[in-house]
Amino acid sequence: MNDTPPGADTRPGTDLRPTTGACPATGARPATDAPRPAPRPQPTVRTCPFDPPEEYRTLREQDPIAPVTFPDGATGWLVTRHEDVRAVLADPRFGANRRPARLGSPAPADTPLPPPPPGMFLMMDPPEHTRIRRLLTGQFTVRRMRQLTPAVERIVAEQLDAMASAGGPADLVRDFALPVPSLVICELLGVPYADRADFQRDSSAMLRLDATQEEARQAHLAMHRYIHELALAKRVAPTDDILSGLMQDGRLTDEEVAGVGALLLLAGHETTANMIALGTMCLLGNPGQLAALRADPSLMDNAVEELLRYLTIIQFGLRRVALEDVELGGHLIEAGSTVLASVTSGNRDAERFSGDPDRLDVRRPYSPHLAFGHGIHQCIGQQLARVEMKAALSALLDRFPGLRLAVPAEKVPMRDDMLIYGVHELPVTW
Amino acid sequence: MKVIVDEERCVGAGQCVLAAAEVFDQREADGIVVLLDAGPPDALHASVEDAAARCPALAIEVRRGGA
Repeated sequence: MNDTPPGADTRPGTDLRPTTGACPATGARPATDAPRPAPRPQPTVRTCPFDPPEEYRTLREQDPIAPVTFPDGATGWLVTRHEDVRAVLADPRFGANRRPARLGSPAPADTPLPPPPPGMFLMMDPPEHTRIRRLLTGQFTVRRMRQLTPAVERIVAEQLDAMASAGGPADLVRDFALPVPSLVICELLGVPYADRADFQRDSSAMLRLDATQEEARQAHLAMHRYIHELALAKRVAPTDDILSGLMQDGRLTDEEVAGVGALLLLAGHETTANMIALGTMCLLGNPGQLAALRADPSLMDNAVEELLRYLTIIQFGLRRVALEDVELGGHLIEAGSTVLASVTSGNRDAERFSGDPDRLDVRRPYSPHLAFGHGIHQCIGQQLARVEMKAALSALLDRFPGLRLAVPAEKVPMRDDMLIYGVHELPVTW
Repeated sequence: MKVIVDEERCVGAGQCVLAAAEVFDQREADGIVVLLDAGPPDALHASVEDAAARCPALAIEVRRGGA
């Protein structure tokens, strides 16, 4: 998973005045003596299920580093161009730790930034981040993930067999898109899949925008406790999985292992599940692209990258805090300010992606997209996600040549209300 | 073309291996980049440039010409 932002934050004394002095980059920025622009609300409302809010286009063209008000009332900066998003995410002057406020639930701005929970390395800066991430990277290499392909394909085939024998219509989320990555991450971590009802409920509570801070905290604690107990059992009776390995390794505290485990479990199933389901819906809604893919299965690797770019399910962007004063595109981002790097917007930037980036094109030549983030926090599980998406989409299209939505597209419940975008359900038949 | 990698910066994302598997690999133990060919042939220059552009941690440096 990318660094999913658990919500807005800001710090006392944050001042959103654009820096004085003409912007060297463009002439379109506020003039030297212009009054401070009023922050605009962060765009959150979509008009098409596959497209980010339309305001992003205007922002990219006219105000690419814009003062904004987040849904919880906090203020900060919104960065919308591909180049600027990459620059922010790769810049060590922007830290990943931030107030664990939730979108939609205001947090007092004058409380100090708390330390991230143990093991929650996506909210840490170096050297702590490096210490923990390095213990995991060997588990997620390209080679190791590709070696998993036969196992993933077997899991995919079993789910499709079950769907086929039950007969349509099916809910593709419940019957396929969620079980596949859940089974895989459970296997990798050493988490019993039989416990999925509990951890899927907790994951969901952590990602719901309308969850209160307390609800999200309780859900996180529950998942943390669950993994903690599991990890302690693995110290006594280790098995061949990541949690056992971390417990045997001994370089992380038990609390850190639990935090890392909870993060990988959450990230490992919520993100890929939504890419598989939303990706399927998107292909069904673009029959020309679907036909091209069916006619030439060798396009699948490219199609996976294009779906990742086009759909970018980290729908509200990645949040950072300026650790010092930073000049960005002619603006002064003062220390303590929140910066929201919109990967969704960056992935639709026509300056980076030629040939109408608002169109799904499975033949589009690959360009580095931001779906997995950028910088030192770029998704550690991205190679696993690729293997899973490819196996799942290939086999699904192959198995059900007549696959189609079982309800009109506008009846599909979209996940506008979750930090990770996608569909709550996807009724399909074949 | 001369390729230089910075193991300290590498975060093991594996993007370079996807872009140019002839030139980059990952260490088994910790996923950190392994440079297989510091002077890749012309035919691979485009994919090596792609690898450098993809690297999220800016850990790949490409020097063109005789540098």
